[in-house]
Amino acid sequence: MRRFFLIAIPYAWLTVLFLVPFAIVFKISLSDYAVSIPPYVPQFDWAEGIMAFIRELDFENFIFLTEDDLYWKAYLSSLKIAVTATFLTLCVGYPIAYGMARAPEEWRPTLMMLVILPFWTSFLIRVYAWMGILSNEGYLNQILLWTGIINEPLTILNTNTAVYIGIVYTYLPFMILPVYSALDRLDGSLIEAAEDLGCSRAQAFWLVTIPLSRPGIIAGCFLVFIPTLGEFVIPSLLGGSGTLMIGKVLWEEFFSNRDWPVASAVAVILLLILVIPIVLFQRNQQKQAEAEQ
Amino acid sequence: MQSSKFAPWDDPDAKPLIRFKNVTKRFGEFTAIDNLTLDIYEREFFALLGPSGCGKTTMMRMLAGFESPTEGVIELAGQDIAPVPPNKRAVNMMFQSYALFPHLSVWDNIAFGLRRDSMPKRDVEDRVEEMLRLVRLEKFAKRKPHQISGGQRQRVALARSLAKAPKLLLLDEPLGALDKKLRQDTQFELMDIQEKTGTTFVIVTHDQEEAMTVASRVAVMDQGQLMQVSTPDRIYETPNSVYVADFIGDVNIIQGRATQDGEETYRIDWAEGQKPLTAKSSNVFSAGQTCHLAIRPEKVAITAERPEDAANAVQGRVHDIAYLGNLSTYHVELSNGTIIKAQTSNTRRISRRTFTWEDTVWLSWTATAGVLLAN
Repeated sequence: MRRFFLIAIPYAWLTVLFLVPFAIVFKISLSDYAVSIPPYVPQFDWAEGIMAFIRELDFENFIFLTEDDLYWKAYLSSLKIAVTATFLTLCVGYPIAYGMARAPEEWRPTLMMLVILPFWTSFLIRVYAWMGILSNEGYLNQILLWTGIINEPLTILNTNTAVYIGIVYTYLPFMILPVYSALDRLDGSLIEAAEDLGCSRAQAFWLVTIPLSRPGIIAGCFLVFIPTLGEFVIPSLLGGSGTLMIGKVLWEEFFSNRDWPVASAVAVILLLILVIPIVLFQRNQQKQAEAEQ
Repeated sequence: MQSSKFAPWDDPDAKPLIRFKNVTKRFGEFTAIDNLTLDIYEREFFALLGPSGCGKTTMMRMLAGFESPTEGVIELAGQDIAPVPPNKRAVNMMFQSYALFPHLSVWDNIAFGLRRDSMPKRDVEDRVEEMLRLVRLEKFAKRKPHQISGGQRQRVALARSLAKAPKLLLLDEPLGALDKKLRQDTQFELMDIQEKTGTTFVIVTHDQEEAMTVASRVAVMDQGQLMQVSTPDRIYETPNSVYVADFIGDVNIIQGRATQDGEETYRIDWAEGQKPLTAKSSNVFSAGQTCHLAIRPEKVAITAERPEDAANAVQGRVHDIAYLGNLSTYHVELSNGTIIKAQTSNTRRISRRTFTWEDTVWLSWTATAGVLLAN
């Protein structure tokens, strides 16, 4: 009986907080737009019965998504931005994690603290701060003009570059922490063994350090990629009119067009796209757990 | 006449493979190696023996190239190796933790070093197969390190470090992680492999039995210094200090004052109310000098009656008996409270043992049984 409750708790959690909301969103995506509150039909009515209700549902919103090229372009553009941003985050995060893992033991808790520290400030405020840094009159341009590196202010804000900067900045800790934990567990004598067997420092890094930190790299990449794909705040604050991301489209459908059914359909497709990397991520975690046994 | 015995250290013309010349290594304030000079010869199986923190691992890491000496020179085949990085040295190391690459199979682990030398693929394959045969792991080539047992991992590590045919192989506590039975088997296997390959082995260990079993010569270290460097039998039979005598095997140390009593013979006054002991020694002691007589328990005879012709005999009571199966060690308490250990072979069944607790017995030994040491 106790066993049953132990298992029941996570399942109940998942049912109430994931499955039920998803069912509601899915149901809305199959409904039709209507000028009412809430803004869709059909509403469930006990008098008419469940069959009449189900008969009203259809997939026309999903068909609509394929007809207007805005949507698939937004999905594609989101994927491109997420993949690029993940790669950039890895390029910035890996050296930081490596430096942390190599730092003297007594420094590591402090360094770890510094990585997590930004979380103590509101995410929104931090993104707004980047607007102040990246704008034409912002600090970055002022410094570059003052040092004489450039003569004209650079236009960074409201471009994809600003979005990349924002994403890399925001999600960096998600990359650093798993990579760091993989590097931290790495036995130093393995590197010595590689050198002893004829590797230069660089070869030892490519042949031993990188392969052995791979689970950390994969975990970090998924932790960055998955939320970035549906990211809304960063592209809408730092991105320009040319930045097309599915999170932004979703927001506009909901709040500007008030077309809940189409917005729900967009959300369901986004979820389906995300299921693939999430499943891959889980398999990576599982494989790692098995390897450690 | 050419001596058939392998003893290059006794040959003044022999060229050492490794030469430590006044090597000192400091880590900050701490002196790990203190002005140490040592020669190791080709084809030797050399053991560095000492308690943890004595500097033996530092010596090994300096040979491998992971540490460089603060002062002094280390030569390998006549060349100063200080400027040579670890990956360019003809020295390989077998790590205490084995340090097998967990993401590579047994085969790839052994091939790792060979591939770095851009050896032709065919030759790499031949060499790996040869190494696998040497350590009898042909069947496990495809496995990952976590899929084999501790003893097999140890053999993979050995094969990997031997694959490049180094001039010198360093073994850092190679058998530390194995259980006793497997360790003994592996010791003999190591000796066989060393003989087969003709490689010079330097082994670091804190296990004196292991050092005695495998090594051609043993260096006993303490606090960054060499206490004694010699063959296992000389270290055991003629230790040069109380430290070495005490570190290697079981020993009785009797402190007293020496007085010359004939040629190379000394009388030792050691306790009130006890007859002086007699010991032969080539070490010279001045009259009344403090000395230590070190006697191995197996050289002390235990009898019920006082033996007629014994040079030294003391009477005592059996205080404790340690039964080791093949041997028994009797702890005999003398009238002044000193405990002296005597060891006998159990040639008879235990039920027919001559002595038991609280029996009064005589302990005796010859004048040459012990070693007389100044400190």
